[in-house]
Amino acid sequence: MKAPPFAYVRARSLAEVFGLLERHGEGARLLAGGQSLLASLNMRLDAPALLIDITRIAALSGIAVRGRKVRIGALTTHAEIQRSAEIAKHLPLLSQAAPHIAHAAIRNVGTFGGSLALADPAAEWPACCIALDAQFVLRSTSGTRRVAAREFFHGLYATALRPNEVLTQVEIAVTGLNCRSTFVELARRRGDYATVGLAALARRNARGVLSDLRLAFLGVGAAPALARAAMAALEGKRASADTIAAAGEALTRDLEPSADLYTTATTKLHLARVLTGRALTALAA
Amino acid sequence: MKRKKETPVELAPEISVTVNGAVVTRRVPARRHLIDFLREELGLTGSHTGCEHGVCGACTVRVDGRIVRGCLMLAVQADGRRVDTIEGLSDSGELGELQEAFHRRNALQCGFCTPGMLLAAQDLIVSRPDASREQIREHLSGNYCRCTGYQAIVDAVEDVLASQRKKT
Repeated sequence: MKAPPFAYVRARSLAEVFGLLERHGEGARLLAGGQSLLASLNMRLDAPALLIDITRIAALSGIAVRGRKVRIGALTTHAEIQRSAEIAKHLPLLSQAAPHIAHAAIRNVGTFGGSLALADPAAEWPACCIALDAQFVLRSTSGTRRVAAREFFHGLYATALRPNEVLTQVEIAVTGLNCRSTFVELARRRGDYATVGLAALARRNARGVLSDLRLAFLGVGAAPALARAAMAALEGKRASADTIAAAGEALTRDLEPSADLYTTATTKLHLARVLTGRALTALAA
Repeated sequence: MKRKKETPVELAPEISVTVNGAVVTRRVPARRHLIDFLREELGLTGSHTGCEHGVCGACTVRVDGRIVRGCLMLAVQADGRRVDTIEGLSDSGELGELQEAFHRRNALQCGFCTPGMLLAAQDLIVSRPDASREQIREHLSGNYCRCTGYQAIVDAVEDVLASQRKKT
């Protein structure tokens, strides 16, 4: 289908965006990559009066590493993250997750910030940001505030963003050389919405003992979920059949999967356990 | 004092796009997709309108050298950019070897997916000359074909990659 009619404006600065948001209120949507927004307009799931195109505001793009912190501009595309040597070096989890996001033609346009601000429960970046304990920079006319990724996602397409705020940048501490990461996902077709996915990080010492574990799931509920009980069950242990089974058992306390069109809640929990086993095997290897 | 001019909010902005090497200037409704602009305003019907929500890949075109979904980009977003379609890339000969391989391998039947498939495949050939069969499948995962079962398409892309490796 075709999108319903709307007006369009190409903003030249953040100040202009704030002014437009204030004037047009709930009838306005920010257009970043548009890879979810335009699909939802085409399907007439949404009918805004105005699209504010922010894609030509150069200050919102780019990846910068300063000291131990990586700053990723909201308009950085999935493909730019996938290709970035800086990201591969400092935040390999993001390089591992990027190929799972939709398809090449969509990764060329869709943006990091757009995906986070939309908060689709099957999206890869929100789970990665929770695993990495990222900080989101939110700006409005009243100033700048930082919200931890772990506090940002409230539910289905619901976030800490206020109506007049724009997510401009994400700050993530580099994960360092002795940190291992992996991203695993199950989908009906490569690039389709994830049935279940898992972003995992851990340190591993010479004896194979895992510590500082982070397991963040996507596709299992209304928001990405940090599996704290499973993380605790594995802390200070080696990955073995027994510890993987214990982590899988603990997932019952962490996750309350909801069924989707194709997969029951029980199957999702089972698949979350399967992915946990795969991820731990990869982290321990 | 001169007041700073505000950026206009428009229902039908004027855009200027370089399509297959030629600059075209038109006024388009803001809601018009790039693919409908190319097909209906410019008569470039080689790229197809399929699912219109980014799933099928039939509308794949190039914007500033990178493949995009023509149904998930507004024509107004292409303002000031370079757009290349199957027509331009066929005429330039860039896709010649791939088209020949598709022909030889019977990599199409109805042809609906073929323009998008060729653009996606060429993107891989240029960016990953060492791609494996598995990587070809992964790269083409965003383009549906309902006739061939994909086997012959992957064969054709593999042929081109192999022949290019031989040349270098």
